[in-house]
Amino acid sequence: MEAFQQMLSQAGWAQGMQPWALSGLAMLFAGGTILGGVAVGAMFFIWTERKVAGYIQSRYGPMYVGHFHGVLQSIADGVKLLLKEDIWPTDADKFLFRIAPLLVFTGAFLSFVVLPFGPDFVGASLDIGLFYAFATSSLVVMGVIAAGWGSNNKWSLYGAMRGAAQVISYEIPLGLAVLPVVMSVGSLNLGTLAEAQRGWLWSWHLFNPIFFVSFVIYLISSLAEVNRVPFDLPETESELVSGYHTEYTGMKFAFFFLGEYADMFVVSAIAVSVFLGGWYTGIPAVDAFVPAPLVFILKSVFLVFVQIWLRWTLPRLRVDQLMYVCWKVFIPLSLANLFIYGLIRSMVG
Amino acid sequence: MAYSVHGPKAVSGGAGARLRRGEAFYLVEIVRGMAITMRHLLYNMFHSSTMPTLEYPDERPEHGPWLRGRHRLMKREDGSPRCVACQMCATICPADCISILAQDDDRPDVEKSPESFEINLLRCVYCGMCVEACPCDAIRMDTGIFELAADSREAFIVDREFLLNNTTDGVNR
Repeated sequence: MEAFQQMLSQAGWAQGMQPWALSGLAMLFAGGTILGGVAVGAMFFIWTERKVAGYIQSRYGPMYVGHFHGVLQSIADGVKLLLKEDIWPTDADKFLFRIAPLLVFTGAFLSFVVLPFGPDFVGASLDIGLFYAFATSSLVVMGVIAAGWGSNNKWSLYGAMRGAAQVISYEIPLGLAVLPVVMSVGSLNLGTLAEAQRGWLWSWHLFNPIFFVSFVIYLISSLAEVNRVPFDLPETESELVSGYHTEYTGMKFAFFFLGEYADMFVVSAIAVSVFLGGWYTGIPAVDAFVPAPLVFILKSVFLVFVQIWLRWTLPRLRVDQLMYVCWKVFIPLSLANLFIYGLIRSMVG
Repeated sequence: MAYSVHGPKAVSGGAGARLRRGEAFYLVEIVRGMAITMRHLLYNMFHSSTMPTLEYPDERPEHGPWLRGRHRLMKREDGSPRCVACQMCATICPADCISILAQDDDRPDVEKSPESFEINLLRCVYCGMCVEACPCDAIRMDTGIFELAADSREAFIVDREFLLNNTTDGVNR
């Protein structure tokens, strides 16, 4: 954002503007950039997901739109969703029904503000970045509940309740898992966390045994956080039709979809900046000439690919299994991890 | 790769779980599962021609000569229909979809010929009885055309000329 502001203040046509107008314009530009990136990125992820699913299952996936392996399929689908009729259930709670998709998308979108794409390529370098990201991604569950309640549909409500239980439960191991890293670096700023991993590959937090345990817990909990297989209980197309977004059509449905894929990217990007060395390639000599955002985005896209890969590998867990994994495995494990790390630190100094 | 049919039982997170040691830890097994799907992904990416999927409208499925497709009427050497309008096919047809109107034929060796020969493809059940019943091999179902699409119901009632011009290479000419 600062970069935008600087660029604007140097541009000829912006001379003589009030400072508040300048920063407002910079905000608008930054927001627009992120929005465009999210929309295009989500379309790319949807296409990737369909192709990966296809090849894993020995079929092709989309093949026609855009001549080369259906690359433009997502755009065609987007246009289709824009033009579709907007259907309301008769007894829907109009207000909740309308704001739910916006809440889901906004929750995912707000987290992009703190993602450190590079040393000086970040929307807002907040000192509570990690906390902020977790907080905004919990906004998603508000949207899920609003959608389930507003639809006035039993299946949707079931899905929403499951989503609420799941996200609230998994927030705890998610937060506990990153705490050892936060203790080590002494900051919640995602940029600072990434910078602490400068240098060779083994200075990444991933290669510290305690942080590795954290990473595994974080990765699995983040799947639950974004409602992906094997934790996609709020959707469960086989039992709940498609859960909380059963009743949604057209652009409202598209917003849920965009939100899901944006959220996948957000949790991956947080994992990258906390555990996988942020924008560093792991070889100091290479870092000098490789653009930081490229490295960061490539790493995040790889983690998104891992999420897609897992989706087409694993079956779905049952609700009780889901809760078992969270409360009886991850929370004790992450607490023990935190305790051991604290013990080591206090002894070693 | 020792998988047993009686292998891992469903786990309910506690009592009744019967897993081999190590399997209960799950993570290793998940990684193995991911290795399997990745193997499929990579193999299929580089050997996409071995995938069973057919790009249907572009690629045609292969079928044996026994496939009962859309009917065709056979021709004599002079191009007139072989059919002698004996009504055998129309009589045996369980769906009652064939209607033939007979006419006198002037040729010395031909007694009757069909003035009109209509098949209602929407009624037809593609049983092949008409082919079996025909005494002079005038009707066959070997065109290999299995798609049935048109803009109106009337278009499915095909006439003598249409049937005479069906060919075995699956094209209506």
